[in-house]
Amino acid sequence: MRIRPVGRHALLLDCDDPAQVERWWAELWRRREAGELTAAEIVPAAGTVLLDGVPDPESTAARIARWTPGPAVAATGVTTVEVPTVYDGEDLPRVAEHWRSTVPEVVHRLANTEFRVAFCGFAPGFAYLTGLPPRYAVPRLPTPRPRVPAGSVALAGPYAGIYPSASPGGWLLVGRTTLTLFDVSADPPATLTPGTRVRLVTG
Amino acid sequence: MTGRPAEQGTVGAIEVRRAGPRTTVQDLGRPGWAHLGVPRSGALDPAALALANRLVGNQADAAGLELTLGGCELRLTRAGTVAVTGADVDVRVDRRPGDVGRPLTVPAGAVLRIGTPRHGLRNWLAVDGGIAVAPVLGSRSTDTLAGLGPPPVRDGDLLPLGRPAGPPAPVDFTVGRPVPDELWLTLRPGPRADWFTAGAMALLLGTAYTVSPVSDRVGARLVGAALPRAVAGELPSEGVVLGAVQVPADGQPLIFLADHPTTGGYPLIGVVDDVAGLAQARPGTTVRFHGPQR
Repeated sequence: MRIRPVGRHALLLDCDDPAQVERWWAELWRRREAGELTAAEIVPAAGTVLLDGVPDPESTAARIARWTPGPAVAATGVTTVEVPTVYDGEDLPRVAEHWRSTVPEVVHRLANTEFRVAFCGFAPGFAYLTGLPPRYAVPRLPTPRPRVPAGSVALAGPYAGIYPSASPGGWLLVGRTTLTLFDVSADPPATLTPGTRVRLVTG
Repeated sequence: MTGRPAEQGTVGAIEVRRAGPRTTVQDLGRPGWAHLGVPRSGALDPAALALANRLVGNQADAAGLELTLGGCELRLTRAGTVAVTGADVDVRVDRRPGDVGRPLTVPAGAVLRIGTPRHGLRNWLAVDGGIAVAPVLGSRSTDTLAGLGPPPVRDGDLLPLGRPAGPPAPVDFTVGRPVPDELWLTLRPGPRADWFTAGAMALLLGTAYTVSPVSDRVGARLVGAALPRAVAGELPSEGVVLGAVQVPADGQPLIFLADHPTTGGYPLIGVVDDVAGLAQARPGTTVRFHGPQR
């Protein structure tokens, strides 16, 4: 792990792999809860954890360098969310082609994978789900769709994701859910928070 | 007339007779939710909004209006104290001229008109009691990227006002931030400066850029020398900050402002210390960067 300065008030922890991202995010969250770290934001991503709103990044970086990240689990507690999914996405044949497989096999694989929320981004409540083997990575559409409906379950790169609200998008559509993924009156407002285990169950 | 969901205990309202080209409700934003993909949002120049609030006796984080190119005509349904900060602009209470940066007394039913700024782009308007639309995740700011908070202000809106908290500040005059013809920004390299050639940093620090007309609350897009990459390929998504200078595939830098996304897939060559000046940078404004030590 390498710590990179980001402007006057932020630090980027550049991690060696996604597992280390998960451990560092959990560790930093714990330390903040314990009052050992001041940061307005702790933002995990594909290979990094960003700390923003850090009053003294230099001394904070020196302290972090002496910490060892513990297990990932304790941060916000691990929960599993079942997302009832109707597998009727129009890009299923395209995914099957990329996987050198069949549509029923693609659906079976997706419905039986334990996903994990690696990070959120793109839109409030949009979770990047990991859990598929690397060989199942798929490219985005060459031209994004102008409007993808809310609740669309989709794949891009190594990730699965669910659109919390309608938006333009280039991910390959495999299904849909009616589960609410972002609700400003809920605590937390996102259903799929970093570290959450997710199953895209047939339903 | 369109009502907005309001909190209990609102006192009077702003009747929007003319919203102007781009007016939104803003406070100091909704920090603390970036890990769920929620942008910070908030006033593009938080100090200018806080000053307007102080002038009318509000807490610094009360919600006010952010005007882009002015053009607003507002009627207060109750008597109130109002302050306008930001760009140099013509302000009138009915026919009476008022000053930017001073508390103005507005009788019930009077019409407040804010013209088009002579220089710069934006103004912040505070009313005693603050704008009391319902907060979303702790903030009343309109997030133009994620669509959180109230929608942009439209003609005919009725914006509820809160109960005045304290007396207006005993000030005669405040000094506004001047709008320079050429904006100098302090740039700190990183976190992905190593994705660019040494020549790219020299171009960024040594040549002039201009603000593009497609700039908005998400970011100030710049036009100038394209910044060549040393590392090809896609950067896996990572967290971004206010003032980050992102360089998309076309090599033209973009400086992230308040409604910036929480993560991005293009490398950040550096981070600007203070973006408030960009809130006043009209399209065509010259922008130059210098390092932390001048």
